[in-house]
Amino acid sequence: MADIVVEQGRLVRAASPRKRASLQNVLGRKSTVAFFLTLPLILLIVLLVLYPAFYSVYLATLNKAMTKFVGLGNFTFLFKRETFWMVVRQSCIFAITAVVFKALIGFIVAHFVHNIPGKKQRKWRGMLLVPWVIPPAMSTLAWLWLFDPSYSAFNYTLSFFGVGPIPWLGDTFWARFSVILVNVWYGAPFFLIMYLAALKSVPDQLYEAASIDGANWWQKIWHITLPMMRNIIAITTLFSLIVTFANFDIVRILTSGGPLDRTHLFATWAFQVGIQSSDIPLGACVSLFMVPILAVAAIFILRDVNKRGNEA
Amino acid sequence: MADVTLRKVVKLYDDVEAVRGIDLDISDHEFIVLVGPSGCGKSTTLRMIAGLEDITDGDIMIGGDVVNDVPPKDRDIAMVFQNYALYPHMTVAENMSFGLRLKHYPKAEINARVTEAARLLDITDLINRKPKQLSGGQRQRVAMGRAIVRNPKVFLFDEPLSNLDAKLRVQMRIEIKKVHQKVRTTTVYVTHDQVEAMTLADRVVVMNKGRIEQIGTPNELYHKPATRFVAGFIGSPAMNFIPCRLEDVAGTVQIRLTDRIAFPLPPARAARYNALPRSEKLLLGIRPEHLTEWHAHLEPGVETFDTVLDVTEPMGMETLVYFGLDGTPVCGRVDPNAGAADGAPMRLAMDLNNMHLLNDETGVVL
Repeated sequence: MADIVVEQGRLVRAASPRKRASLQNVLGRKSTVAFFLTLPLILLIVLLVLYPAFYSVYLATLNKAMTKFVGLGNFTFLFKRETFWMVVRQSCIFAITAVVFKALIGFIVAHFVHNIPGKKQRKWRGMLLVPWVIPPAMSTLAWLWLFDPSYSAFNYTLSFFGVGPIPWLGDTFWARFSVILVNVWYGAPFFLIMYLAALKSVPDQLYEAASIDGANWWQKIWHITLPMMRNIIAITTLFSLIVTFANFDIVRILTSGGPLDRTHLFATWAFQVGIQSSDIPLGACVSLFMVPILAVAAIFILRDVNKRGNEA
Repeated sequence: MADVTLRKVVKLYDDVEAVRGIDLDISDHEFIVLVGPSGCGKSTTLRMIAGLEDITDGDIMIGGDVVNDVPPKDRDIAMVFQNYALYPHMTVAENMSFGLRLKHYPKAEINARVTEAARLLDITDLINRKPKQLSGGQRQRVAMGRAIVRNPKVFLFDEPLSNLDAKLRVQMRIEIKKVHQKVRTTTVYVTHDQVEAMTLADRVVVMNKGRIEQIGTPNELYHKPATRFVAGFIGSPAMNFIPCRLEDVAGTVQIRLTDRIAFPLPPARAARYNALPRSEKLLLGIRPEHLTEWHAHLEPGVETFDTVLDVTEPMGMETLVYFGLDGTPVCGRVDPNAGAADGAPMRLAMDLNNMHLLNDETGVVL
């Protein structure tokens, strides 16, 4: 579409007198056309992303009553609170553990699904995507019942083996375990589908060449599959790290951050501090802390994606 | 270095017979080309030798050992694929040394072998590049280099030149022949291009519909084809097949092509075909180069006839002429100065000393 507009612009320009040429010039330039075509999206991003972002930076510099500018006061206050550092640590543990397991399970299951022939594969793909398609707030409610200490399916089943009852959401360790488990359950299908697509894009002949070169099953994965999927792995990991780090619904519904704040993440703690305790500036301050941490992760992971982008 | 033997090899894909019982003996150092139209089972045969496809029945032996159940990595073979199958994330050197590194060869030895192979293929300057930075011909060389460094018992080539343009294909064909002359590794080469087959092979295996039609040196196949398929497949433009029958006229055997055209057979041919029943439907197989312009001093066995040309194709060093004999399209090759023109009448000469006679029903060359 852009090309047609440019063509018209050029035609008009060629025919018009010299004085009008400069305006025609600007309007006819490819970059100008491109700018106008993307303008609606740019406005949307400004309205929904940039404005709230800067507004939260502004909020973070106010006092609790939002009447006075306190500069970095909220930040220095946070640094002194032990709960804050606990939330940092928990968020990191939560995000990293969950993403590692999601990626691992996604990778392994993707291999299995990849080897299922034709029609059956579509059925399996559909079924395995279900956790990711159900709104997490709803599926987490189901998990909440499964984790119930007295009446749940888990503890009932375990009782036959003489295990338990396990306080799934009441004990610090088990509560952390449970929120990670549900997050992995919810997020692994995303990795599965991305890895499956990546696996399909690796030419079969590379594996054939490798098996003739003497590679065994593991060497093929290490020397062919992983390098060929490198970019997809980096991008999905980063994407999932961001989403998992900022997770709210699962923790909110399962534990509300308890017991003893031991499962709080940035988002849930920001919600508790900002909305429930009515200290919006401090809440904004907490959520802003995700930015530098995730920025570092993004740089680290995407460092050589560009370099390797169009190798294949 | 080893010989390769196939014994009654069969390959079924869900009841579809891709390969229907192949017997083939390939001796050490030999360059064998499997050639045939698409779907004839030549690639499947190669992949079975490589171990990339299971065999349904029969035996494959490499160096005297039955390798039916040996995985590709333990067969000590190297393969060059049609689309090269270079590892895109590795440099040329890494691509070439991959197999050796997997087998934990000492570094010095790997380097020596890669350098030697790169020198042989003239790709020393490219050794640190990635495949995407290479042209088609260069990738082809790297793929060959990867095969050479392994110093395997057998080289397998799966239509390695079909992704190259015509000029490069000729160049790489010569290159492959040179490499084989230097390393002398037993080679099995698959192609659908009969020119490649003829120029490269010590022996050509012509395949059709999962069976071997004929095995022979390029000259044998060209001059003594066993079946109509081989006769028609080898040679370009293809051999003409003209319906005909034999007659006895005044004590000589004649071959009748049309109501108008009949020639006495040369004595050697007459003796050979004399026993055939006169009623049998036959095909005269004659190559275009044995259908030339008429001139005054013709050898015995060369007969002339008049026809009207449909189309002519000047090729420079020769002109191809097309005409019909009772509806059968026929192609001849005449001198460019012989005055052939579209729609013009022309007197042509047919060299019956080089004729073939085929059974119309079975396609067997008699």
